[in-house]
Amino acid sequence: MSETDRMIEENIPRLRRYARTLVWERGRADDLVQDTLERAWGRFHLWRRGSDLRAWLFTIMHNVHVNNIRANCKTPVQQSLDEDALDIPVRATQEDGLQIRDIQAALDCLPREQREVLLLVGLEEMRYEEVAKVLNVPVGTVMSRLSRGREHLRQIMMGKTIPELKVVK
Amino acid sequence: MRTLTESDLQAYTDGQLDPLRLAEVEAWLADHQGDAERVASYRQQNAVLHALFDPVLNEPIPHRLVKTERRRWSMTLPLRYAAVAAWLAIGGTLGWLLHDAQEVRSGAGMSLVRQAVIAHAVYTPEVRHPVEVGADQEAHLTAWLSKRLGTPVKVPHLGTLGYELVGGRLLPGSSGPAAQFMYQDARGQRLTLYVRGDNGGNQETAFRYVREDNIGVFYWIDGPFGYALSGDLEKSELLRVAQMVYQQLNP
Repeated sequence: MSETDRMIEENIPRLRRYARTLVWERGRADDLVQDTLERAWGRFHLWRRGSDLRAWLFTIMHNVHVNNIRANCKTPVQQSLDEDALDIPVRATQEDGLQIRDIQAALDCLPREQREVLLLVGLEEMRYEEVAKVLNVPVGTVMSRLSRGREHLRQIMMGKTIPELKVVK
Repeated sequence: MRTLTESDLQAYTDGQLDPLRLAEVEAWLADHQGDAERVASYRQQNAVLHALFDPVLNEPIPHRLVKTERRRWSMTLPLRYAAVAAWLAIGGTLGWLLHDAQEVRSGAGMSLVRQAVIAHAVYTPEVRHPVEVGADQEAHLTAWLSKRLGTPVKVPHLGTLGYELVGGRLLPGSSGPAAQFMYQDARGQRLTLYVRGDNGGNQETAFRYVREDNIGVFYWIDGPFGYALSGDLEKSELLRVAQMVYQQLNP
């Protein structure tokens, strides 16, 4: 296995985590990862050695995802709300007292642009400049989306009164 | 002090604030409870997201994502076959390089390697049916292959080197049955150990190494068995595995 293969593979777990936040259902989230990887392999010569590989891969995933959404909008598909289809990891949720469905619902309420920034910063812990690069928008836009997204989420959570959230430190 | 901006508040939440500004923001938050609550709430959002989604990081990577890699690899497979075919044609010449006159005369070593390499190239890219009998039925695998090869067969365990047994299959050798055991590491890199029981004699040889395209092969003959360990690995790494196989077969 070459160095390149190894470097890309190291990023697969993170790509899968982010994909799961964009598309709840596990199989479809992994479809997104697979599309991303295939595109990455095909264009690997375009990656500038020494630059941030993770940011490059996330950029590809973002673009694939946005394209998928556009394609779906042309032929609207009713999304399944079947409980079983929502394959979110449920580690220790009982103890945490997290209401996964509520958080999911709250995240779903956010505009996609805000949700992406919130997740890249909050979950991926990317620097704002990196997020700007991944999403191809100015840093100022990242900041305003982040600010609005977080406040939006906070309001939704407060409005829905989810006391269980307070358990998480 | 400067008024707290929205960006300050976000950057403070994420630990991305300019260190020079940090003390000022902390002082501000001490006096402005509403802003402090927002920071606490946003940090909690981050914690919830981690609690929800971090378990994905520890899930085993689905085979089809590793397969994306394999598909790329398999595009080079026709070339690989071509290389193997070319090698078969010049096998006699190559044999000279093996520095073993007796072996060249008998051709035993070369035919062992040929069969092992072909079997490796054919079965390692296989996604759905890489083996006939999986590692979960190891006792059955051993008993079955021992019976077919007519001699007790041992299956080496290479877990300490990171290679877990996938399973094995029965294959035709040059004059009777042969066996292939397949191993795989956490990244899906596969090795095969080809075992041929029709060696007949009781000769013994040292480790020998050949490399064809990307497949490296260490092979040796030990009593009734001929062994060939094949893999797309550095020579030194493959040797380490070969030595462990040898040690386990000759405790």
